[in-house]
Amino acid sequence: MRKITYKEALREALREEMRRDPTVFLLGEDIGKYWGGAFKVTKGLAEEFGDERVRDTPISESAIIGAAVGAAITGMRPVAEIMFGDLTALAMDQIANQAAKIHYMFGGQVKVPLVIRTPFGAGVNIAAHHSQSLEAWFMHVPGLYVAAPSTPYDAKGLLKTAIRGNNPVFFCEHKLLYPIEGEVPEEEYAIPFGVADVKRDGSDVTVVATLYMVHKALDAAEELEAEGVSVEVVDPRTLTPLDKQAITDSVKKTGRLVVVSEDCKTAGVSAEIAAIVAEEAIDYLDAPIKRVAEPDTPVPFSPPLEQYVIPNEKTIIKAVKEIV
Amino acid sequence: METGLTREKIVGMYRKMLEIRSFEERVFELYAQNLVPGTIHLYGGEEAVAVGVCSNLRKDDYITSTHRGHGHCIAKGAEPKRVMAEILGKQTGYCKGKGGSMHIADFSVGMLGATAVVGAGIPIAMGAGLSIKLRGTDQVVACFFGDGASNQGTFHEAINMAAVWKLPVIFVCENNLYAMGTRQSIVVLIGNIADRAVAYGIPGIAVDGNDVLAVHEATREAVERARKGEGPTLIECKTYRHKGHSRIDPAKYRPKEEVEEWLRKDPIRRFKEKLLQKNVLMEAEIQQVKKEILTEIEEAVKFATESPYPAPEGALEDVYT
Repeated sequence: MRKITYKEALREALREEMRRDPTVFLLGEDIGKYWGGAFKVTKGLAEEFGDERVRDTPISESAIIGAAVGAAITGMRPVAEIMFGDLTALAMDQIANQAAKIHYMFGGQVKVPLVIRTPFGAGVNIAAHHSQSLEAWFMHVPGLYVAAPSTPYDAKGLLKTAIRGNNPVFFCEHKLLYPIEGEVPEEEYAIPFGVADVKRDGSDVTVVATLYMVHKALDAAEELEAEGVSVEVVDPRTLTPLDKQAITDSVKKTGRLVVVSEDCKTAGVSAEIAAIVAEEAIDYLDAPIKRVAEPDTPVPFSPPLEQYVIPNEKTIIKAVKEIV
Repeated sequence: METGLTREKIVGMYRKMLEIRSFEERVFELYAQNLVPGTIHLYGGEEAVAVGVCSNLRKDDYITSTHRGHGHCIAKGAEPKRVMAEILGKQTGYCKGKGGSMHIADFSVGMLGATAVVGAGIPIAMGAGLSIKLRGTDQVVACFFGDGASNQGTFHEAINMAAVWKLPVIFVCENNLYAMGTRQSIVVLIGNIADRAVAYGIPGIAVDGNDVLAVHEATREAVERARKGEGPTLIECKTYRHKGHSRIDPAKYRPKEEVEEWLRKDPIRRFKEKLLQKNVLMEAEIQQVKKEILTEIEEAVKFATESPYPAPEGALEDVYT
């Protein structure tokens, strides 16, 4: 099968959906023909679809999402890009109070089919304002779906589902995933929300990981295999809806759970997954649940400081060894 | 009267203003009887704005509204009985009791919803304008917001975006002089919010918001511009709320003389006097209109009070489609 990058997979999904449906359009800062997006995801799309449908905006995050909301409730399918995940804070009212609540608050009268794409994640030395992993903020808002693909295949399939759906989707990407290559078929496909993917089969311990941490977990599993520990890596792929069944099924098989997530530990993605397993599958656990996450600090700048806070193979291996 | 409007249109505008006033008076009474859960923000005194603006709109045009939104709903053509049912939290309300007084929408008449976050509707209205432009129709959007909202960042972001993209949006600032209890002069140095339009390169007009014909005329020109693809207009309507900010507010921060002066400028009384003076309407006809409206509002109250509350487990529905 051909291999393309995560970034190219996202671009393919956008291109195919824009060709298929004239109501799909893109808006965001520097996504058009002059720049093609800060991470080049939208490069070349303005040339094909024009400036009207690939719309460069002023630096006005709140109005970008507000524009998407207003367009979505009047017949369009906007896909908004927020250049860095940290900047969603500027648009939080439009995301959490408007987009997420309009369908419910107005008694189901109207659908809000919009997608907000944004990259999270640390590791490129751009410090506290451009490196956070804030997935959990959006998991805490009923009315939003939260997608978090870790591979090119998942990125394309989930983005297509996001664009075609009738609910607002917060689509988490990761800066370090954009150049990663993976197999993506030429033919049409979409991946349903709420279906986790077992990225590696194993029998001794379940590692649930998200976004870039899936790759760190796979690296750790490889090393542990050499030491005789069989690790199963489960990638939820969407955080809302969350495939509880797949996670608890894996835990029932292995009896051990490590949750790896790049966001801060307190009230984070790992906290929610650990709580679900504690609530629904505690009898199957042979050891305490371990969580590997960032400490509760802002992301620091200097390379040794930054690397210290980001979970990696070593911290994952350490956590696994503590319970097997 | 030299307005270019038909008698039927003018009488319809008077009727709509009276309908809103009577509706709000009944909401206030129901509130006093403990039949209204939560809070209410009454529109009484500002009717000329909603009616002056919406009388220029077609059914397929859009509006966005605010926490003080009952008048906008009725002016755009929502049914009073379903607005009332929503205010009382009933299953037959526009939002099945999930929204309440501050969050009413009726998409069937282009009422895109009220938001209770001050200023949050401004970007949404702009987005509806963008949708119109991309779909290539000649609809327009009227975006209602207060003087308080004009100090939110969303005001700047959304009006600038609408201006640069020439979107068909009429930004209607209902300046009732107070953001809750804060007088405009305490938080804004300029006298006219409309003057801010200069910063976006669009027309800005301040009008007497208690003169429904003045509001109508300013909006007519703005709608014409918008439909022709010439972009947005900012219209500031100077008006006054007769009651306090919300149900608990006796509005003691407003000088008595000021309140009295604005009560003398009551938009409905002024319009009525003008209509009588110009022989557009006779006193008997006015009494007839009043009678009809009171009957209609009583029916709305009856419908709302007799409607069932939603089943509690309905709370779990409508989170996603």
